[in-house]
Amino acid sequence: MPIYDLTATELKQKIIEGEYRVEEITQEFLERVKKDPLNCFITITEEKALEEARKRDRELGRLKPEKVPPLYGIPVAIKDNISTEGIRTTCGSKILENYIPVYDATVIQLLKKAGAIIVGKTNMDEFAMGSTNETSYFGPVLNPWDKTRVPGGSSGGSAAAVAAREAPLALGSDTGGSIRAPASYCGVVGLKPTYGMVSRFGLISYAESLEQIGPMARTVEDLALLFDVIEAYDPRDSTSVPPKFRPKTDSYLQAVREAKPEDLKGLRAALISELMGAGVDERVSSLIRRSAEVLEDFGVEVEEASLPELRYALPTYYIIAMAEASSNLSRYDGIRYGFSADVKAKFYDAIAETRSLGFGKEVKRRILVGTFVLSAGYYGQYYLKALKVRSLIKQAFDEAFTKYDLLISPTMPIPPPKLGEKIQDPLTLYVMDLCTISANLAGIPAISVPCGFINGLPVGMQLMAGAFQEELLLRTAHLLYGRFGVSGVKPPL
Amino acid sequence: MPLGVDVETIRHIAELARIKLDDEELEEYARHFQRVLEFFKAIDEVDVEGVEPMYHVIPTVNVFREDTPEKPLDVEVVLKNAPKKKEKYFYSPPIV
Repeated sequence: MPIYDLTATELKQKIIEGEYRVEEITQEFLERVKKDPLNCFITITEEKALEEARKRDRELGRLKPEKVPPLYGIPVAIKDNISTEGIRTTCGSKILENYIPVYDATVIQLLKKAGAIIVGKTNMDEFAMGSTNETSYFGPVLNPWDKTRVPGGSSGGSAAAVAAREAPLALGSDTGGSIRAPASYCGVVGLKPTYGMVSRFGLISYAESLEQIGPMARTVEDLALLFDVIEAYDPRDSTSVPPKFRPKTDSYLQAVREAKPEDLKGLRAALISELMGAGVDERVSSLIRRSAEVLEDFGVEVEEASLPELRYALPTYYIIAMAEASSNLSRYDGIRYGFSADVKAKFYDAIAETRSLGFGKEVKRRILVGTFVLSAGYYGQYYLKALKVRSLIKQAFDEAFTKYDLLISPTMPIPPPKLGEKIQDPLTLYVMDLCTISANLAGIPAISVPCGFINGLPVGMQLMAGAFQEELLLRTAHLLYGRFGVSGVKPPL
Repeated sequence: MPLGVDVETIRHIAELARIKLDDEELEEYARHFQRVLEFFKAIDEVDVEGVEPMYHVIPTVNVFREDTPEKPLDVEVVLKNAPKKKEKYFYSPPIV
C-alpha cells in the first residue's frame, strides 16, 4: 500500500516500529502537495517540513515507544486562517496576502509539541466567508471527486487535501459549517467541537461567538487522534472552557478504539424534520434515512422530531455572523499589517481605499450588512432580535437533548454543485448552510461522516449531540463509518 | 420594516465601515441589501417576549491573570508586518 494511503494511526505505528522514516513519509506527501492539482494550498512549507522530519528521525532513537508524542512525524495541513509563526497566513484574502504572523496559534503550539509536521497552509473562502471555497483571492479549490464541482467551504483546501491524500490530517475552522460542509463534499470526516473546547487563540476571527477550530481526517480514529491533541483549556482564549467544566474523557482515541455497538443500545436518536424536507434534495434525505437504519441495527431508537425554531436559524445566523464580521474585520486598515493602498489621502480615506481594494466582494457584502444591522435605528430590530432568537434556538436544542441523545440530518442539503453555480447570487449560497448553522448557534458539537454517494459524489451524514458530548459523537461516528462501507472508496488520485 | 434600502443608506453604511464604493457598486449593494433584508424578515414574526439575548453560548466569566508584567514583544517584531514604518513607529496616513 502506498504511504499516502495509510492513515495517520497506521503511519504513527510504522514510524515507531522503524518501518518508514519520517523524512520519506514527509517527502512522499510533499510531492503530492506540490503537484496541487486541486489548488488546496496557498503556502507550502517544504523546507521547514523536511527539516522537522529529519529532526524527528534523529531523535526517535532516544524515545521510548510509549513516550513518543501522539502525532510524531505525521504531516498535517493547516487552514490559512490559523496563525503560524514565520509562515504566511492569508485567510484567503488579498488584504493579508503577505502577512506573516509573529506568533503561533495555541493549536499550532500543541501540534508542534505533539511532533506533527506542518506541510502547508490550505486554501479557504476569504475570511472563512463561504460554503463552496469559491471566494478565495487565490482561486477556488476543486472537488477531488469531480474537478468541475466545488469541494465545499470554507475549509475546502483542508478537506480536499485530506481526501486527495496530500496530508493524512488537517485543521479547519467552522463558523456556520465550514468544517462539516467540505468534509461532506470531499468524503472525509470533520468535527466542529463544542464551543470552547478548542482554543481560538491565533484563529483569525470571522465571527467569534460561533467559530471553533476542528480536526479533519479520513477516518474517525484519525480524527480522534488529532482531536486529543488540540482540545485543551487555554487561558489565552477568554472563551475557552475551564478544566472543571470540561468532560472527563482522557483520550478520545481510546474511546473510539474501545467503542462497541452494544454501547449504543438503548440510545435515542431523532432525524430533524426541518432539515429533511423543503430545500433538501430527496436523494440526500433518502440516503440519510437509510444510513440512520444502521443505528437501529445497533439498537438505537430512531424517530423523527421537529424543532420548529430551526426555521429561523438561517437569518439568525447570518445577522449575527455578519455583525460580528463587521467588527472583527475593522482591524484591516493597512497601517499595522497587510495590504495597504498606494494612495495619497487622509487617514479615513486611505483606509477606505485599502479596504475597498483588499477585500473581495462577498467579504465587503457581509461587512456592509453587518454594519447595517448594528447601526443606530436598526440594531434592535435585527441584531438584538437575532440574539434573542438565538436563545430560543439554544433552548430548543436543550429540550431536544432531554429526549434524545443524538440528532441526525444531512450535512448538506444538496450534492456538490458545479463551480460557479452557487456563487452568482449570495442568497443561493447562504441556504447551503441550512443544516449546519444551528450547531454553531447553539454551541453544540457536530460531526459529518461520509455515508454514501449520489452519482459518485460523496454525501455526509451529520450527527449532533449535547454540549461536551464529543465522546458519544465520535464513538457513534466510528461505528457507523465502519458499517457505511465508504472507507475503501477513493477519489481519482 | 424599512425595505426601501436606497443608495444613500448604503453610502452611509460604507462610510461607517470605511469601505470606498463607486456609484456602480453602491447600486449593486443596494440591490443586494434589499434581498438580504427580505431574507432576514423571517425573524420578525418570532415572539421573543421575556427572552434574554444570547451573547455567549456558554456561561463565561472574564479571565484574569496576576497583574505582573510579562515580557512584551520586541519593537522590531511588532513592526515586522508594517507596510510603512519610521523608527519605532507605524507610519500612518495624515489625520488632518
